[in-house]
Amino acid sequence: MTSIAAVVERAPVSPGADPRARENVLLLLLITPAIVVFSAFWLLPIARLVALGASGEAGIETYLSVLTNGRYASSLLQTLALSGLVTLTTLAIAVISGLFLVRQDFFGRSALVAVMTLPLAFPGVVIGLMVIMLGGRQGIVGDVSVALFGVKTVFAYNMVGLFVGYVYFSIPRVILTVMAAAEKLDIQLEEAARSLGATPPMVFRDVILPGLQPALISSGAICFATSMGAFGTAFTLNAGASVLPMLIYTEFTLNANIAVAAALSVVLGLITWAVLALARSFAGSGVSAAG
Amino acid sequence: MRHGIGFWLQLGFTLLVSAFLMVPIGMSILAGFTENYFRGPSSGLTTRWIVEVWERYGDNIFLSLGIAASCLVVTILIGVPAAYVLAKRQSRLSRMFEELIILPVAIPGLATALALVMLYGTFGGFRSSWTFVLVGHVLYTLPFMVRSVLAVLSSIDLRTLEEGAASLGAGFWTRFWTIVLPNAGSGILAGSLMVTTLSIGEFNLTLLLTTPFTQTIPVGLAVAYTNARLELGSAYTVLFFAMIIPLLVAMQIWGNPSRTSTKRKRRALEKVVSP
Amino acid sequence: MIRKMDSSPIRLRNCSKTYGDGTIAVGPVDIEIAAGETVVILGPSGCGKTTTLRMMAGLEMPDPGGHVLFGADDVTRLPIEKRNVGMVFQSYALFPNLDVLENIAYGLRVRGIGLAERSARAREMMGMMRLEPFAERRIDQLSGGQKQRVALARALAIQPRALLLDEALTALDAKLRDTLRTEIDVLLRRLGITTVYVTHDQEEAMSLGDRIIVMDRGKIVQIGSPREIYHRPGCRFVAEFVGTMNRLPGEVRDGQFVTKSGRIPCRHLDPDCREVMFRPESVTIADPAECDLTGRVAATFFLGDRTRLVVDGIGDQPVIVESESAGEFVVDQIVHLKVRSAAVHAF
Repeated sequence: MTSIAAVVERAPVSPGADPRARENVLLLLLITPAIVVFSAFWLLPIARLVALGASGEAGIETYLSVLTNGRYASSLLQTLALSGLVTLTTLAIAVISGLFLVRQDFFGRSALVAVMTLPLAFPGVVIGLMVIMLGGRQGIVGDVSVALFGVKTVFAYNMVGLFVGYVYFSIPRVILTVMAAAEKLDIQLEEAARSLGATPPMVFRDVILPGLQPALISSGAICFATSMGAFGTAFTLNAGASVLPMLIYTEFTLNANIAVAAALSVVLGLITWAVLALARSFAGSGVSAAG
Repeated sequence: MRHGIGFWLQLGFTLLVSAFLMVPIGMSILAGFTENYFRGPSSGLTTRWIVEVWERYGDNIFLSLGIAASCLVVTILIGVPAAYVLAKRQSRLSRMFEELIILPVAIPGLATALALVMLYGTFGGFRSSWTFVLVGHVLYTLPFMVRSVLAVLSSIDLRTLEEGAASLGAGFWTRFWTIVLPNAGSGILAGSLMVTTLSIGEFNLTLLLTTPFTQTIPVGLAVAYTNARLELGSAYTVLFFAMIIPLLVAMQIWGNPSRTSTKRKRRALEKVVSP
Repeated sequence: MIRKMDSSPIRLRNCSKTYGDGTIAVGPVDIEIAAGETVVILGPSGCGKTTTLRMMAGLEMPDPGGHVLFGADDVTRLPIEKRNVGMVFQSYALFPNLDVLENIAYGLRVRGIGLAERSARAREMMGMMRLEPFAERRIDQLSGGQKQRVALARALAIQPRALLLDEALTALDAKLRDTLRTEIDVLLRRLGITTVYVTHDQEEAMSLGDRIIVMDRGKIVQIGSPREIYHRPGCRFVAEFVGTMNRLPGEVRDGQFVTKSGRIPCRHLDPDCREVMFRPESVTIADPAECDLTGRVAATFFLGDRTRLVVDGIGDQPVIVESESAGEFVVDQIVHLKVRSAAVHAF
């Protein structure tokens, strides 16, 4: 009997100690390292970068030069156009093949899925080599075109090479998203449309595409943002100042034009962030995980 | 099962896309083992390029592995507790933090790298050491660790599990070690695979952070592609594939923790029910 | 406002369905449904009832040798989009990207009917289903019952030759289900449309069908009116699946079924019958003098209009009795039961 009384006495009864408040302190303790690392090594440097962009001779107008300076503006436009084209192409490929791989069951299907998603997380530089292998001076496309037409086709070192490389790079991640969305499509919706007389193309237009739309918007936005900032492929293919990241790199390393490099980086960052934020407001969550 | 024309068209298209993805990989592997790629495989197969890569760039490989391992340790140490906090307290503040830590991935790596160089570039010892590269990699990979752990913790009924444990007398830290961490296991595994793979392959952010003495594999690859013969660059790529492809395959197997969530839910329940 | 619909009789002839992995979902079945008739296919999950419905719809093709006929037309090879059947799915399958009006008008749109006419016809359907206030609503803003009515309106808007409903009320809560069931029943009868309704809920089957087809493990085990199915089950499966049945072991001796706690006079039983079945409402509380069985009350449930008793000590399992008598029963009380001998089944 005495022991029970002792236990009861030791039970926490002090009204001041809210267990939830104590837990909050512990939780704060757990998240602090992440906050410190992130603030010190990202928030602070980025804030400084934004300030640096306005620190050159032109001051705040350095930011405007991105639009007014012909070389910067055309590079920005080219990067936008390239990324847009890459996004549309990749989405089309991913819808056709992704739907096929989800809907059909045949021998070798899982091997094909593995093949299509294998280059996920290949770095851009390696993609550059892949493009050289396809369209470089000793590339397979050149060999084939010599055999067929007697003319050697080399596309690795211009915008076509970048386009091919970025599509290569984007296919695995977009197809994964599209396949995940296609698996969740409600088959009964398609059956309902068919029972109402819709032909297969109508079912595709009225049921499947609307069903995939959030996935298409989110993976398209990620694809676009990644293409905007992609650097390794352009670096390997030595694409000069054709795309914005290469321009930033040359301004910084060759011309030591720090203010311009900073301003261009900030603008590039803002564009990609805006695209992702916009897509998310349309398609809901899940848009942020680029990479 | 008989297939219509649509099936064959889609199959043909998909095979074509697969070829587009696979043929250059095969070609680069072949080039890495070819005596003279310009003359083709008939010039003879050799491993001498691989040996030369090892002699010239071996340091890069060990450095990259070291950075990836350190990056993994750091992201687990700071990322897993952070994910737990985010799973427990879903407030405006925690959602904002979740959004913020994704930014180094969302905006181009070059911008982050430039920012780091501008602010910390003058700290000589830090700037020239491999930890400078590590910092960049941690920023870039942290959101992936946090997200995969968070995904798992949100898919199980964490609150009930913890309340169950608390009712049996487990305090905060006991719950964290015996309930939270074991149940986050598959998320930590998926996140770890992702972090390691991304760290080994990171280039966009890395290039500006490295010095000639702290070159990682992708930076070394870029240098080899631009300065060395195609065979040497390809041989280096072969070595890179040998490291990264097993990781990618592992990711395809264990990289999607949400698929096994029902199984885990049951296991999680059993753990609480049985003493 | 409500026109009679021009609907077809449906016939399945020798239809079976074997899947790729060799499992037989439906053995060869023959079903005839008259024009304008409402037929319910009833059975437990996995009995092949949905597959049967999908063969009628054109979503599944029967194995070679099977034929699906709508009236005189053999539609076996016709895909669903050419069959002109209205279908209502368990999940309603309403298109989330379209609003209520657009959903109902969808079938008319794919038939190339102009906007003005299809809106008018869709609005007419909405009037019939009392959906006018919701025309511009998004699907996720509707309650379960409203979704159900939209799905029905959408299926009827194309003036189908037959209406096929797959567990259409299962997702609703019990009270709403009752209301809608009545509503649908009245509507279908006024429209005079051939209707096939698949369900695993025997109560629903009883109240909706002109005829019930009971299926078990891919085969039809009984076809009949709700009364026949309930009062004259053709086999042990139907007896146990539809309604509540008491089972009592024993043996036949001198025209009586002898159990360990009494005997039931039963002239029609087979001499080597070892078990009889009867429904709770076929049992009455009787005087000790003229009773058949004696047991002890284990539990009582007051149901308002009647009392359900669970009685122990009669067979292996407790016997369920539904008594309309106003008397109060207490647990452990000894009760004397009389079983209406005409309502005793044996299989």
